Amino acid sequence: MNRFWFLFKSTAVRLSALYILLFAICAATLVFYVTAMSERLLTNQIREAVQQEVDQVQRAYDAGGMNLLLRTMERRARQPGANLYIIAGPSGDILAGNVASVQPGVLDEEGWTSMPFTYQRYAESGISRRHMAVANIFVLDNGLRLLIGRDLGEPEAFRGLVRQALMIALAIMGLGAIIIWFGIGRNALKRIDRMSDASKKIMAGDLSQRLPVGGSGDEFDRLSVSLNTMLGRIEKLNEGLRQVSDNIAHDLKTPLTRLRNKAADALDTKDGEVRRVALEGIISESDQLIRTFNALLMISRVEAGSVAAEMSAVDLSAIVADSADLYEPVADEAGLVLTSSIQPDIEVQGNRELIGQAIFNLIDNAIKYSSDAEGHGDIALKLLRRADGICLSVADHGSGIPAEKREDVLKRFVRLDESRSKPGTGLGLSLVEAVMELHGGKLELSDTDPQNQEKRGLTVSMIFPVNCSPRTR
Amino acid sequence: MTSSQQEEALSLAETQPAGNVDRMKILIIEDDLEAAVYLTKAFREVGIVADHASDGESGLFMGSENSYDVIVIDRMLPRRDGLSVISELRRKGIHTPVLILSALGQVDDRVTGLRAGGDDYLPKPYAFSELLARVEVLGRRKGTPDQDVVYRVGDLELDRLAHEVRRGGKEIPLQPREFRLLEYLMKNAGQVVTRTMLLENVWDYHFDPQTNVIDVHVSRLRSKIEKDFAQPLLKTIRGAGYMIKDEG
Repeated sequence: MNRFWFLFKSTAVRLSALYILLFAICAATLVFYVTAMSERLLTNQIREAVQQEVDQVQRAYDAGGMNLLLRTMERRARQPGANLYIIAGPSGDILAGNVASVQPGVLDEEGWTSMPFTYQRYAESGISRRHMAVANIFVLDNGLRLLIGRDLGEPEAFRGLVRQALMIALAIMGLGAIIIWFGIGRNALKRIDRMSDASKKIMAGDLSQRLPVGGSGDEFDRLSVSLNTMLGRIEKLNEGLRQVSDNIAHDLKTPLTRLRNKAADALDTKDGEVRRVALEGIISESDQLIRTFNALLMISRVEAGSVAAEMSAVDLSAIVADSADLYEPVADEAGLVLTSSIQPDIEVQGNRELIGQAIFNLIDNAIKYSSDAEGHGDIALKLLRRADGICLSVADHGSGIPAEKREDVLKRFVRLDESRSKPGTGLGLSLVEAVMELHGGKLELSDTDPQNQEKRGLTVSMIFPVNCSPRTR
Repeated sequence: MTSSQQEEALSLAETQPAGNVDRMKILIIEDDLEAAVYLTKAFREVGIVADHASDGESGLFMGSENSYDVIVIDRMLPRRDGLSVISELRRKGIHTPVLILSALGQVDDRVTGLRAGGDDYLPKPYAFSELLARVEVLGRRKGTPDQDVVYRVGDLELDRLAHEVRRGGKEIPLQPREFRLLEYLMKNAGQVVTRTMLLENVWDYHFDPQTNVIDVHVSRLRSKIEKDFAQPLLKTIRGAGYMIKDEG
């Protein structure tokens, strides 16, 4: 019972009920209209037939006066047919004709009867069958009344037929509606049940569960698909969160332990110089921790999209030129050459600070990881328009990243350098990826020099969409 | 805040000879009592008199006395929002330099903060050395509007109009970026300038550079202005940043 109440409450069923009601009203109106029209048509035909009779009687009266008129009436009354003839006295008593009795009052008014009336024929006086008729009534100069009319048997039968047809049609329609209603309703119910089953599992904690998609592409499927996309995003965020907390725990424990040890050393020693060195170590460890937290905060803010409002047209060429200017001496210091090739006047819709920080991160990484590339340690900074977007790439000739690990390095705290011998938070590429996502672009990692097995190098490309409009949330 | 940062502040204080300048007086408007107590103490240790207000209304009242060199204000305060305190002070014609502290630390916050009349902006968490350097730069700004065409530190001269740098009468050719770097350092001669402040004022990017990128630029500049000269001018302040100063 509950389920059917629920079914009634479902939008699809309520809508179909409403449609059926409206459709039935329309159908009934149509049928009544058609009936009325055909009745009028038939009545008109009958009146025309009556009028012909009247004309003939009139001609007889014109030719032979009252005698010929009465004779014509008598003769016509004896012929079989649907026509009615009455000659009545001034008081309304029937003197001659083929009708035994008529509804009282019919003979009183001259002209066309306004409504069909009932009458009885002679032949069937025993069985009191009454018929419907329309008639024209005349009052002659001598007070005699003439009635010429016609039986309405045909239109009556027709009306009956139409009524019957209407009833059958409505019955079939109603039956069909109920069948369809149950069909839709049951289907909807089943799918809703499946969806709520799936959502119960999801609520129970199984975020990998997805809502069923039938494949018909209807509104249920579309809803399921968008809910599934949402679930996917939630799962990804959740996974990221879990991973981050794992990594935070893992990655922060080491510096915190070092911090603690250094503090203990500083406490133990009496030597001022040793204490100073220990305290300096503590400061630099703390700074590193603060940096890590800042980077984490930054990424989560970028990912939350709260900076999306701060988007404006920015000169990407100028930012890249700034980066080259800023890092050229740094690369030089590391024994590398930073070259740049920048197409001028490339503008994107974006956040200058974030894009700047992303590029700085990439160049920083490139310098950090190609310092072991003896000989050809070029770092190439390129900005150009491509068919698929605006491409900003930083290419190094370091040891590169194997294709199967490229996905991993974008994750927070993941560093391929297991020994953590290079300084860094392991958050650089995560931030770059978050920034690119915010700008509706993507991040591509590829080999700089795939031929070279040893030093294949890494090229990181930030691809901004051509009509770079920020992702709106 | 950790004691290590206090130590850092102490080591900084050693680089600021007392009595050289009048004691700076600042107002800290901060509702986090622990942070406020730490800041007040840390500033006092480096010879800066710090008063404290714990909400927006009393901060506005105290700030209206116009007797402070710098106001350090938290953005989110009880009873009156930090930005509204700044606007109200500015409306009253009080132009004490204001440094905004914010946990929000976003670019848009910086822009709204500076638009409301703030003079500098520092996202939390920050190192005390960073805050101190910025407060000192702001405090000095109040007295000396930088109208000077030529900055001088010892025998080093920087002509802002002619874009020329000379030391001991000998011209030192500098790249435009190096010139701006030196210009900013000399404008704040005798003050500690942090790496973040340099990235902000010379390159106009507002985040912690994180790496040695600024150091490389400074050391290049240093080699240009100190090569062939006995007297060092550009000093590295450990744990804080740089300072240009004539020791002689």
